[in-house]
Amino acid sequence: MAYSEKVKSFYEDEINSIRQAGLFKEERYIKSRQAAHIKVEYPNGAPTKNVLNFCANNYLGLSSHPEVIEAAHKGLEDRGYGLSSVRFICGTQDIHRELENKLSEFLGMEDTLLFPSCMEANAGLFEVMLDKEDAMIADRLVHASIVDGIRLCKAQLYNFKHSDMSHLEEKLQETQDCRMRLIITDGVFSMDGDIAKLDTICELAEKYDAMVMVDDSHATGFIGKLGRGTHEYCGVIDKVDIITTTLGKALGGAAGGCVSGKKEIVEMCRQRARPYLFSNTVPPVVVAAAIKVIDLISKSTDRRDKLEDNTNYFREKMVQAGLDIKKGDSPIVPVMLYNAKLAQDIARDLYAEGIYVVGFFFPVVPKAQARIRTQISADHEKEHLDKAIEAFTKIGDKYNILGKKKEEIIAMYGM
Amino acid sequence: MSEEVKKMIIDYVKKEYLEEDSAMEINEDTKLISSGIVDSFSMVSLKMFLEKKFSIKISDDKATPEAFDSANNIIHLLKEYTTI
Repeated sequence: MAYSEKVKSFYEDEINSIRQAGLFKEERYIKSRQAAHIKVEYPNGAPTKNVLNFCANNYLGLSSHPEVIEAAHKGLEDRGYGLSSVRFICGTQDIHRELENKLSEFLGMEDTLLFPSCMEANAGLFEVMLDKEDAMIADRLVHASIVDGIRLCKAQLYNFKHSDMSHLEEKLQETQDCRMRLIITDGVFSMDGDIAKLDTICELAEKYDAMVMVDDSHATGFIGKLGRGTHEYCGVIDKVDIITTTLGKALGGAAGGCVSGKKEIVEMCRQRARPYLFSNTVPPVVVAAAIKVIDLISKSTDRRDKLEDNTNYFREKMVQAGLDIKKGDSPIVPVMLYNAKLAQDIARDLYAEGIYVVGFFFPVVPKAQARIRTQISADHEKEHLDKAIEAFTKIGDKYNILGKKKEEIIAMYGM
Repeated sequence: MSEEVKKMIIDYVKKEYLEEDSAMEINEDTKLISSGIVDSFSMVSLKMFLEKKFSIKISDDKATPEAFDSANNIIHLLKEYTTI
């Protein structure tokens, strides 16, 4: 066996350095369905605790919706469990195409291709679209999966300060001698909850002859009056060329993602995107349930409207309570604490109060930007939100941060 | 000559990576990558700026986060490619 003591100790040292850097990630065992109320065993071996979940991407509360579960059961019965194939051999059922068509219609795009996840959609898209004579111009805070996809592409990379439109314009000017240009952004940024300025981005794209790609994973289903996403919110549905998004968040939360957009680009993905070509097909049970999700949210905006009400209520009350939250319109509500240990301590104390949230700190967010990211769901009722606000107020008071500005919190706890 | 190049690098870092209202001071020893001022994704702008300015191509194995971690480190790297 070549797994020698030397090799073993190499990995042990690496793991220890992750621990020492405070970056060791532990899984928490959830013993219930995903919902507003969940049962959690944490730390491992501790008694199960009932908590309110404020850290899921279950924005529309559809992860355990009875009609979605019923559709999944029916999909399982009708089309089986697995397909044991990639899409282009014998892994495409009629329901895969049906879902792709429904997604195209919902997103207002020409065509759509399913991927096993949005991570893989982002990993495959750029190298299919662009080559070394082209330019990718990305917002500096794009999701890690986009960064990985960019690394796989030979096109020249340029990036601009987060949401800084004059910096983007400079980069567009710099790249005018390239064959093609693609502006790359998240729709809603996952750590800050802010929304890309897609209206200005699309104007600049027209002015400087660039395509626009948006990862709308934290937006599809609920941003915009009809929930179509950031492009609807910004009034540029017909000006965005490519959207990647996920079925793993608001749209049922199981698995799967897609590339949706201009039909030639989607076709290029079908022909050449490696994560699509060499991954197994999305399981029928997920496809059947996702079709139901799209039907539900196309028929009624009730859940999306409730999410908006919940978000507005939560944001308003948290500000009134004196907590420092990042302003915005999305259900991602970051509570700013600036210090990594403070974020972890407060998250732990909130858990004791029955509120499940997680602290984020460098390198997930920039240094001195530590925070607790809360995420609101249509599954939350007013009393859930009130309980969370009450717990944040109690724990915030314990740490003396209520009504305090950034500088004051840093003065007390450091960066 | 190196002093001029150092100033040019520091000016570029301020313009390219700091917010306009930032009060942060940057000198030749300020850690750029390990401090989080420039993340590994954004480092490409700095690399491209240097390549264009000096008409060089910095190879991937030399373009490490350590090599770009301060204006002084960058000067050291540039000396491998050009006489500054």
